[in-house]
Amino acid sequence: MVFELSVLGLVFLPLAAGITVFAVGRWGPPLTIIVGLIQPFFAAGVARSIWQNGPSRYRIGGWGAPLGIDLHVDGIGALMVLMTAVVGLMVAIYARSYFATTESEPANQSSMFWPVCLLLWTGLNALYLSGDIFNFYVALEMLVLSAVALIGLGGKPKAVDAALHYVIYAVTASLFYLMGLTLLYSMYGTVDWAILGTRVEPNFSTRCSIVLMTVGLLMKTALFPLHFWLPAAHGSAPAPASAMLSGLVLKASFFVLLRLWYNVFPYEDLRAAGDFLGILGAAAIIWGSVKAIIQQRLKLLIAYSTVAQMGYLFLFFSIPHESPYFCSAWSGTWYFAVSHACAKAAAFMAVGSLAHAAGSDQIKDMAGMAQHQPVAVFAFGLSGVSLMGLPLSGAFVAKWMLLKSTLASGHWHLTIAILAGGLMAAIYIVRVLATAFAVDSRSVRNAPAPMQWPPLILACLSAALGLVAYYPMKLLEIGAPCSAILMGVTP
Amino acid sequence: MTTVTLFASCGAVIFGIGFFGVVVCRRLLQIVIALNVMGSGVFLVLIALARRTTGGRPDPVAHSMALTGLVVAVSVTALALTLVRCRYKQTGSTDLNNR
Amino acid sequence: MKPSRIRFAETAAMGLIATVVVCCLIAAIGEMPRAANGLASEVDLHLSLTGVQNPVTAVLINFRGYDTFLELAVLVLAVWGVKAIGSDAAHDREDSTATPPSIVLTGFVRVVGPVVIVIAGYLLWVGGHSPGGAFQAGAVLAALGILLDLATIEWSTHISERSERCLQVAAVAGFLVVGTSSLFLNRTFLEFPPELASTFTLAIESAATLSIALILIALYRGGGICVARLLPPPVRERSK
Repeated sequence: MVFELSVLGLVFLPLAAGITVFAVGRWGPPLTIIVGLIQPFFAAGVARSIWQNGPSRYRIGGWGAPLGIDLHVDGIGALMVLMTAVVGLMVAIYARSYFATTESEPANQSSMFWPVCLLLWTGLNALYLSGDIFNFYVALEMLVLSAVALIGLGGKPKAVDAALHYVIYAVTASLFYLMGLTLLYSMYGTVDWAILGTRVEPNFSTRCSIVLMTVGLLMKTALFPLHFWLPAAHGSAPAPASAMLSGLVLKASFFVLLRLWYNVFPYEDLRAAGDFLGILGAAAIIWGSVKAIIQQRLKLLIAYSTVAQMGYLFLFFSIPHESPYFCSAWSGTWYFAVSHACAKAAAFMAVGSLAHAAGSDQIKDMAGMAQHQPVAVFAFGLSGVSLMGLPLSGAFVAKWMLLKSTLASGHWHLTIAILAGGLMAAIYIVRVLATAFAVDSRSVRNAPAPMQWPPLILACLSAALGLVAYYPMKLLEIGAPCSAILMGVTP
Repeated sequence: MTTVTLFASCGAVIFGIGFFGVVVCRRLLQIVIALNVMGSGVFLVLIALARRTTGGRPDPVAHSMALTGLVVAVSVTALALTLVRCRYKQTGSTDLNNR
Repeated sequence: MKPSRIRFAETAAMGLIATVVVCCLIAAIGEMPRAANGLASEVDLHLSLTGVQNPVTAVLINFRGYDTFLELAVLVLAVWGVKAIGSDAAHDREDSTATPPSIVLTGFVRVVGPVVIVIAGYLLWVGGHSPGGAFQAGAVLAALGILLDLATIEWSTHISERSERCLQVAAVAGFLVVGTSSLFLNRTFLEFPPELASTFTLAIESAATLSIALILIALYRGGGICVARLLPPPVRERSK
């Protein structure tokens, strides 16, 4: 009963709140925050029942797969909804005072942030809990539309430009995914990924659909060299929107990609492609970090850092499934995603506060911010600790696991990329902090407390994730492809 | 070659034309139309392959997927056109820059 | 190299990629089995429990109603996105009303209008047993709205902004209400009891028809049916 209610609440509570906010035309901030306060409990309920009962299904409409649509929750899904709930709550608290204090957007347009944000949550949760690849498509489209609305919020020329680029690439990507899905459905007669996984054969149409769907999802996940839309989009959206997009939305398409590769496709046969994705990931780390180091605008710096950090997630594809470290690499990758979501959302929110205080987000204007806005600078620094992967942070644990598994499988070039990425992250973070600690006596606008503490809380969380890694790691192994292999059961 | 494969192959060709349009065109309206062409290609493949049933009636699940996809395409097109118009008002141009 | 050469090389490369994609797709299609039932036989087996005879409607509203539910949310999101971006649509409309429409158009709309409403109702009802349903009916109604706009016949002055917004989300709300009430009937979410299935389906389809029509018209008008009232009161000089 707890499981059913939590699963339904995760998807439909934000949806109900969203349409209420829109229909009534007010109550956006309070209702969003109330939903945000309830969501972590639902997510915890789901995680707890997964912990006790293993992967679970819920038949929407009572028909059951393959005719109906099943929700399928396993460890990664449970941890992702938990992450979404916590990050979403903090962003909601932050956004309330962000839109109240910065009058950059016309009021009737910034009021649309709230319903769109609630539907973004619905889309994310629906995606993480889904057991159906066509349902993934619909949820991905919800994310595209809400992301476009958030990027273009207010309709400033730069934002419109970024939203246009984003919508074109994202829709092309969706159509690639849909074409691959069409081939899979026509071949195997089901869109439930668990059933599909038992029917898939390594023939030509399956290979075609693998390529189509992977390319589509890579575009959405902004893996180098398909990342070109990301910096402009995440750099020109309002700060809370950037936090949501960079922290949460990118993880969704990555989730679908891993779901398909390791639950549906015969990934043992895809070694060469997996190695290629791993190399692209390493290239993304280097390229994103270099671009981040040379940026002059703080928001663009963080956006390029996202390009680099997404690269780490793709290193996993090059770990062979027979490697003894496969399982820890799996958990490490997901833990990295969670840690990055917290750190990146914190960084974007802290930058939003700093930019509000300084009046611009040029790095040279950050001089003296450590005196004037100590909390925001501290939050930025702490999230930087996590981006660098210093000990105690969640990213440290995750990178350690990835390091071990890349070394054990002989991918030393990936090991170098991991180490170099950490070092370069230190350069771009310290560069900002050094400016912030410079002495400067100009007067700045003060950002209100709700614009300072939520980023700090999230940054602390991401920095402390390394201390509490045991339970999340165990949760991630529930229903993981490696646990089934270890037990000798075909997934 | 059966009718089904003929129509499905046409769908594939339309998909390819749409994709080519998306990556090559510079005018935003052309790109939005190309996206729709691409989508139509996918739907045609879906509908054509749904005709392979033995019972005489085509597969309704594929049809409803195509309907869902169509509605999504309409939504995306509307939003994209709004962005194009907004951009036209601001800059007086409907070209995609830096391409 | 000259820019035109680079452009040509780009175009050629993209053309090559597109050709390869098409060839692979055609090969994949050729490899498909000649006969495949997909889920058609499953649908036929359970069709009698859904209260409708049209299998597509049964799939859309009943078997895979959750997808349709989220897809209606996508449609709503499109309107919200247009509102969030904001595009000064009211100004456009005032400009477009500058030239009066021809008498042929207004006459045509006045004759066709009532017929279109009946057709929409018919399409909604016929969806129960043959091709038709909420999307078709909604699209036809939206077309009528656009025709009325083109003929500059004011029909939306009596729709308040509040009721417009409520009607736009009516379909999503309807799905939510039906889903929750099936929970109270001790079934899973969105599971229709066979004896109530046709009622539930009709209720959702009717709400969806209205919502889809209003959303499409709002998208056509650039954000909202009452968009003029959303913006600050117009103080434009219309004399020049």
